[in-house]
Order: sequence, then structure tokens, then C-alpha cells
Amino acid sequence: MDNLVEVDNMTFSRGDRLIYENVSLKVPKGKITAVMGPSGIGKTTLLKLIGGQLTPQQGDIRFDGESLVNMSRRRLYAIRRRMSMLFQSGALFTDMTVFDNVAFPLREHTRLSEDIIATIVALKLQAVGLRGAAKMTPSELSGGMARRAALARSIALDPDLIMYDEPFAGQDPISMGVLVKLIRALNDALNLTSIVVTHDVSEVLTIADYIYILADKRVIGEGTSEQIRNSDSELVQQFLKGQADGPVPFHYTAPPLEESLFGGQS
Amino acid sequence: MNSIAAIGASTLSRLAAVGRAGLMLFGALLAVPRLKNVPLTVKQLYVVGVQSLLIIMVSGLFIGMVMALQGYTILIDYGAEASLGPMVALSLLRELGPVVTALLFAGRAGSALTAEIGLMKATEQLSSLEMMAVDPLRRIVAPRFWAGMIAMPMLALIFSAIGILGGHMVGVDWLGVDAGSYWSVMQSTVEWDKDVVNGIIKSLVFALVVTWIAIFKGYDSVPTSEGISKATTQTVVFSSLAVLGLDFVLTALMFGIE
Amino acid sequence: MNKYKTELMVGIFVVLTVAALLLLALKVANQTMSNEGESYTLYAKFDNIGSLKTRSAVKLGGVTIGRVESINLDKDDFTPVVELSILEKYTGFPETSSVSILTSGLLGEQYVGFQPGFSFDGVAELKDGDYLQDTKSALVLEDLIGQFLFNRGGDEN
Repeated sequence: MDNLVEVDNMTFSRGDRLIYENVSLKVPKGKITAVMGPSGIGKTTLLKLIGGQLTPQQGDIRFDGESLVNMSRRRLYAIRRRMSMLFQSGALFTDMTVFDNVAFPLREHTRLSEDIIATIVALKLQAVGLRGAAKMTPSELSGGMARRAALARSIALDPDLIMYDEPFAGQDPISMGVLVKLIRALNDALNLTSIVVTHDVSEVLTIADYIYILADKRVIGEGTSEQIRNSDSELVQQFLKGQADGPVPFHYTAPPLEESLFGGQS
Repeated sequence: MNSIAAIGASTLSRLAAVGRAGLMLFGALLAVPRLKNVPLTVKQLYVVGVQSLLIIMVSGLFIGMVMALQGYTILIDYGAEASLGPMVALSLLRELGPVVTALLFAGRAGSALTAEIGLMKATEQLSSLEMMAVDPLRRIVAPRFWAGMIAMPMLALIFSAIGILGGHMVGVDWLGVDAGSYWSVMQSTVEWDKDVVNGIIKSLVFALVVTWIAIFKGYDSVPTSEGISKATTQTVVFSSLAVLGLDFVLTALMFGIE
Repeated sequence: MNKYKTELMVGIFVVLTVAALLLLALKVANQTMSNEGESYTLYAKFDNIGSLKTRSAVKLGGVTIGRVESINLDKDDFTPVVELSILEKYTGFPETSSVSILTSGLLGEQYVGFQPGFSFDGVAELKDGDYLQDTKSALVLEDLIGQFLFNRGGDEN
């Protein structure tokens, strides 16, 4: 199978803190790949690594067969036009209307006339159901609408890859349903490849073609939704079922309670 | 031993910050030749220049008026009130114009720049630009930097001019200094290249420093509400200190040796 | 519409700056002086020029007729030579004219006071490059006080 993104034995650390150790994963073309894991594991970092904003200390990251590590800045910027990222906050430009936000990548990267841009923007906004909100500013949008507007902006240049950073975080059930539907629909209609980073288990299991579960600096489980559900790894099961204690301990690493309470007396 | 190590570490991290600031400015300045950036710079000129205009004009007027009042009470004792004109003009052109403008600019426009860029960072707008293959240094930093560099000398000139008119208002219209001598003694004393041009040069240096600090503090801020408020405060404190310190150096270089 | 307003305000900002610059150039620093007309040069030797500076005014009865162009030291007799640039429209002063260094007010600026001499037969007019013979130096306050004290001392004896 063709892979759009391949991560090979990648090690990344920020300062002294090791974040990934020998992580390998593959994102097949035309599929939705989900990356799950507990909060604070550095899932956003993974997307930034794939986007070339961060560079791994070891290992390789390839986009469409081309290594992003040590790539020239010019080439990297050319590649980034083929990928786009939906940030958790939406990251809409607050000083522009929704229309201008969606038109922004078109105006930056193409020499299309304003008429054509207006048409494209209308189509993209129609796809996310926000054509009526074109004249609003980001501050007037609800969280879910802002994310959809940002999604329209992400697909403005018809990218090959779209990365979703926690698309469901902090959404009400309706917005969540809308987003789940959009991710699936856009992926199929535009022949995109999607990477969804999230910790919302149930939503992802319904739409993802392939799932990686990250924890403890490495991949602890992978497979299709079915395989993941039937995984015999305790860690995976704890994550799926949301158990409070398990291989991921309830207590953050600390000396035993007795010792820290009575340590001074003994 | 530990404290020495801590001093060393903080020195190193400060040096690294200076390095980052330099790289940021370098990256932004490479963006000069893009015509696309001109409308963006005009927009920033509005934000940092026009929006600072009122405070600059009002301050300039009052400072000129106060100087005329103070100067008059001293000069009249020596019968030298004809020197009021050059006194007001020289202090404004050489010192108060550039310095007070830079301080007000740091408080009005500098802090706003830091907060704006810091918020853009916190809301991932800078990251998102990068992912859209748009260099935030070119798109965000460069127009703001150039707008600051252009706006500050303009504001300083307006400040000085209004101050001199304010001095005229108090000195001539209210206190009765002869209008002819106010202007003519000023004219024979003030030198274009020495006083006016040096004032503009000072202002350009201050513009570089204040805008640079403001943008860098925003760009390098910790993207949390606490980090941004800290960065904003630091912008005002650092750039004010830098302006006053540099003013001494520049004055020594320009006017120190006759 | 909003963009138009921005551009308009920036335009006003630029116009204000130009106005400020013009005020400073014409009214404050008087840049026009050097272009006010053709000028010719006279020289005057003084024993002491006090705190006379380049661009100080040359005045005749309160009218500014020129500027101090430069101040140098004569290489032979080590006295200050002041180069005066006099406007072409003020011409025809007799050779007997005198210049003195005066002060406007007690603490004011020093300027060159020009006193035209009597004109009678055999006295030529001053031409470009001529030296003024009759000069009075600046009053130096310390010298005056010194003389005053010396005289008083003399009286008491």
C-alpha cells in the first residue's frame, strides 16, 4: 500500500525531556489514520514533526517518499502547500472576516483573480456549512463554527494531507457529530489523506481506518478499529475503557506516602 | 558554587535570547523586497503611527508649554527671555522629541505589538501561518518592524514641531516674549544638520530598539496569558531603559565634543 | 471601506509629518538662509572672538546682513580670522567700516555687529575677499572683572 507519511524510528526530545523514542508509523494514502493517547503525551508535537516545524534528533520522517529531515527551507515550504493542519483553537486570523480567512492561502499562494477566489471560498464554506457566515469575524463564531471555518481554510488549496489536532476537544455532541461527519466526508470526497490526533475514543473508532495508540514515548498499539477493540494489551484496554488506574498509574511518580509524611521522624 | 552556576546559566540563556532576537530580525529584514507587503506595512503604519498620534501631539503641546513657562521664569531674571525660543527648540529637537516620543511609543504601540504577536502565538496563528507555507517573519514581523521604523521619526518630528508651537503659545502669546525674537534667535541658533538631523537619527535608533524589543518579546513570549502579560511589561521596561541609556551614548557622540 | 479609512488616516499622518518638517526646516532652523541669495565674503581679524560660532548672525543696526561662514586661526600671527558671508544685496560698504563682537542680552548669543564707516573721496568700497581693518574683540567678562579689581586696588593705594 502507498504511504503518504512515514515515520521511521524517530526519536525526539525537548530539552532534557524525551518525548518520543523510536516511534515508527505509516499513514496510507486516502485513509483516515488516528493517533490516540493520553493528554500530555505530545500528540501535537507529532503533527508539528510531520509538518516540519520541529526536527527529530534521530530517525526519519518522509512525506510522499521525501525526507523532511534536513530538507531545505524552500523545499519544505513547497511541500507544506500540499499539507494543511487544523489547529485545536482553529487559529483563525482574528483581524479578518471568515471569508478573508479562507481566501488567505489562495491570495498568498496563487495569482487567481478575486472573482475566482470568491467562488472557491464560497464552495469551501458551503462544504463546511458556513457559507452564510462569510462576513462574520472569528470572534462572532462559536467554537464549533470556528473549527469548521478553519477547516474550510485548510482545504482551500486542496491539499493532499490534512492533520487534525484534537478536532473534538471541548465540543458539544452536535458539533462533534458535525465534525466527525465532515472529516469522513471530506476525506472521501476530496480524496484526502487525514491524520486525526485525539483522545476521544468513541468518535475516532467510528471513522478511522487505522489507529495508533501512543503512550510512554512509544506506540503501544496499532490496528483497525476492530483490532484495537480486541487488543489484549492492558494499556490499550485501560485507555479505551477510561479506567482510572492501570498500567498508566493514577499517582504521578512520587516517593511512598509514608516516607514523605513520616520520613523526617524516623 | 550553585549561585555561580545559576548566574552562568542565566547569562547563557540571555545570550541565546539575544541570538534569537538577531535571527528574528535578520529573517524579517530579508523580506524587504516583497511588494505584497506594502499594503500590510501601511496598515501597521496606521496601527502604530496614527493610533499613537493623539497622545504624541497632546504630550508635545504640553511639554512645549511647560518648558516655555519654566524657561521664562528663569531667563527673565537675566533679561535673556529672547533665548526662550532656542531653549525650547533645542531641548525638543535634541532630547525631548526623540526620547519622550520613544517612551510614549514603547508604552502605546510597543506594548500593543508585544501583546498582539504574543496572542497570535498563543492562539496558534503563527504556527498556522507556517503550516500554510507563509513565513510569519515576513508576513507578521517585517511589516510591523518597518512600520515602527517609519512611524517613530515621523512622530518625533510632529512632537517637536507641536512643542515649539506650544512654547510659542505660552511664551509669546501669554507671557509677552517678542514673537520676532522667539523665532529669529531660534533660527540663528538651531542648525539643521546638527540639531534637526541628529534628532532624526536618534529617533531612528530608538525606533529600531523599541520596535525590535516589542516584536521579539511577543514572538518569544511563553504563549500563556501569564507569559504574554509578562512579555508586555518587559517590553515597556526594557525599551524605556534602552532608550534612556542609548540616549546618553548618542548625545555623547553627537554633541559631546564641540 | 475600512481599508480606505486606514489609508486616509495614514495619509493625514504623512501630511502632518511633512508640515512638521517644513516648520522645522523653514521657521526653526532657517534652512533658506543659504539660498536666500548670492553672497560675498569678507574677512575680519579679531584678538578674541569670545564664543562666536559659525552661522552666528552679522547684523547692521539689528538687520541681519549675513552669517559667520567659518572661524580659523591665522597661521602667521595666531589671531582668529572670521570669514563673513554677506548677502549680495547689501553691498557698497566703505573700507572704513568696522565690526565688533557683541552679545544680545546678558547671556544671549554673540553676533557680529557691523558698523559702516564714513565714505569720502579716496575710500574704496569693500569687495569680495577684503579684510576689515577696524575690529573690536569680544568683551570677556573675566578680563573686565580683572581690570575692575586692578583699578580699585590702585585707588586704595
